[in-house]
Amino acid sequence: MSAVMITRKVRKWEKLPGKNTFCCDGRVMMARQKGVFYLTLFLIIGTCSLFFAFECPYLAVHLSPAIPVFAALLFLFVMAMLLRTSFSDPGVLPRALPEEATFIEMEIEAANGNVPAGQRPPPRIRNVQINNQIVKLKYCYTCKIFRPPRASHCSICDNCVDRFDHHCPWVGNCVGKRNYRYFYLFTLSLSLLTIYIFTFDIVHVVMREYPVSHLSSPKEQTGFTVLEVLVCFFTLWSVVGLTGFHTYLISLNQTTNEDIKGSWSGKNRVQNPYSHKNIIKNCCEVLCGPTYPSLSSVALTASVSFQHAVLCLQKTTAPLIPNEHTPDDAKPSIAASAEKSPSPKEELPPASKLPPLASPETDAETSIAKDKTH
Amino acid sequence: MTHSLQDMRPQAAVAAKVFIQRDYTNGTVCQFQTKFPSELETRIDKQQFEETVRMLNNLYAEAEKLGSQSYIEGCLACLTAYTVFLCMETHYEKMLKKIAKYIQEQNDKIYAPRGLLLTDPIERGLRVIEVTIFEDRSLTR
Repeated sequence: MSAVMITRKVRKWEKLPGKNTFCCDGRVMMARQKGVFYLTLFLIIGTCSLFFAFECPYLAVHLSPAIPVFAALLFLFVMAMLLRTSFSDPGVLPRALPEEATFIEMEIEAANGNVPAGQRPPPRIRNVQINNQIVKLKYCYTCKIFRPPRASHCSICDNCVDRFDHHCPWVGNCVGKRNYRYFYLFTLSLSLLTIYIFTFDIVHVVMREYPVSHLSSPKEQTGFTVLEVLVCFFTLWSVVGLTGFHTYLISLNQTTNEDIKGSWSGKNRVQNPYSHKNIIKNCCEVLCGPTYPSLSSVALTASVSFQHAVLCLQKTTAPLIPNEHTPDDAKPSIAASAEKSPSPKEELPPASKLPPLASPETDAETSIAKDKTH
Repeated sequence: MTHSLQDMRPQAAVAAKVFIQRDYTNGTVCQFQTKFPSELETRIDKQQFEETVRMLNNLYAEAEKLGSQSYIEGCLACLTAYTVFLCMETHYEKMLKKIAKYIQEQNDKIYAPRGLLLTDPIERGLRVIEVTIFEDRSLTR
């Protein structure tokens, strides 16, 4: 009777290195610093509550009941998009497992050849040709992978994120491949909501100053209205500007990261190889493209799938029965470290314990620049 | 054939692992290199292996295809504030299930009898196709 390995279904996100926090059994994934996110929530919910409490009753009676209804729908859409952006996995690339990391290191060493002592080894870069453009893939020392094109390492979340746009403190998460469209729809709908509330606040104030109906109620305190107008005024400039900026980026199929670094600025005749050269196609790809799966929250552990494979092999060739308890003094090759892979506990920690050999790309400047545009 | 306790316990070891890397020549679409790794030369037919990888590439291309179906799905989802995904599976998820099934089939029919095992790329962050090569004990017994 073969020993049955009883493993609790350990979720991959539980062992994920990086500075993310998780809730609701891995369904919610956010950055560690959430202070500014709570501020965003407070501003949106606070301003809208004031609008519904003080302006809407008056406007519903004197203008149209559709006004608060539409405001409510817009508010719900904004909240849905905000929560979706904040809570979803932005497209985090899981770190390489030890065997994979070793395999890549061996490939790099083979490619570099013998470096004389005292000399710096050449930088770890792979060149790939995409649409007649040479793109350099950089090696991430923290994640131990060659970053795919358009991916970047976020130093705040300590993860490589696919199609990295920027780290947004207002939503408390990175904006990447998986949540960019929600982020864009959030800024767009928030712009509309801000304009809407701003407009109807002004209408409300004007109507109170110059009452048109004899049934209009006496002048009430407009203090809250003034507060709303102030919040909306300052929000308007930043959010509408941001929406415009991202509309521009989407039409060119560029990320904020690429724009700030000037990757496709046209110098040395480099052009964006990812653009379809057609605004509509670019917009469709970014906004209506396929919804990518989360690579960090796959529930199956490697051990469970490995056990299934074990059973398959037992059925086909009797002698080839993998051993989960192979001693560590097996052959000193990739195989030796590979034997550790079935057990979930040794899967990721070795990679995360090794300190990065060089500092990963700091995207702090990206987030700071983003703050300025907010 | 004696079945001692020693024999009953699982014994075969992992000899090596090969990692098939991503192919980025067509952009960021998920595609894997079809180049045949030298470590597998003694174990499997080159054509067979390339056929498997090519089929996987086709399935991933199908998942990420920008066509009318993905646009309709995207627009519908947007109109419902993406709540429709609570009850509906996305096209990509359906394709991932197909891919998982295909890999399992390939493992059962072709790779396991040769002492190889393909790992679903989704478990490696869609970065590599991990091919585990098991020691061929049948030669030593």
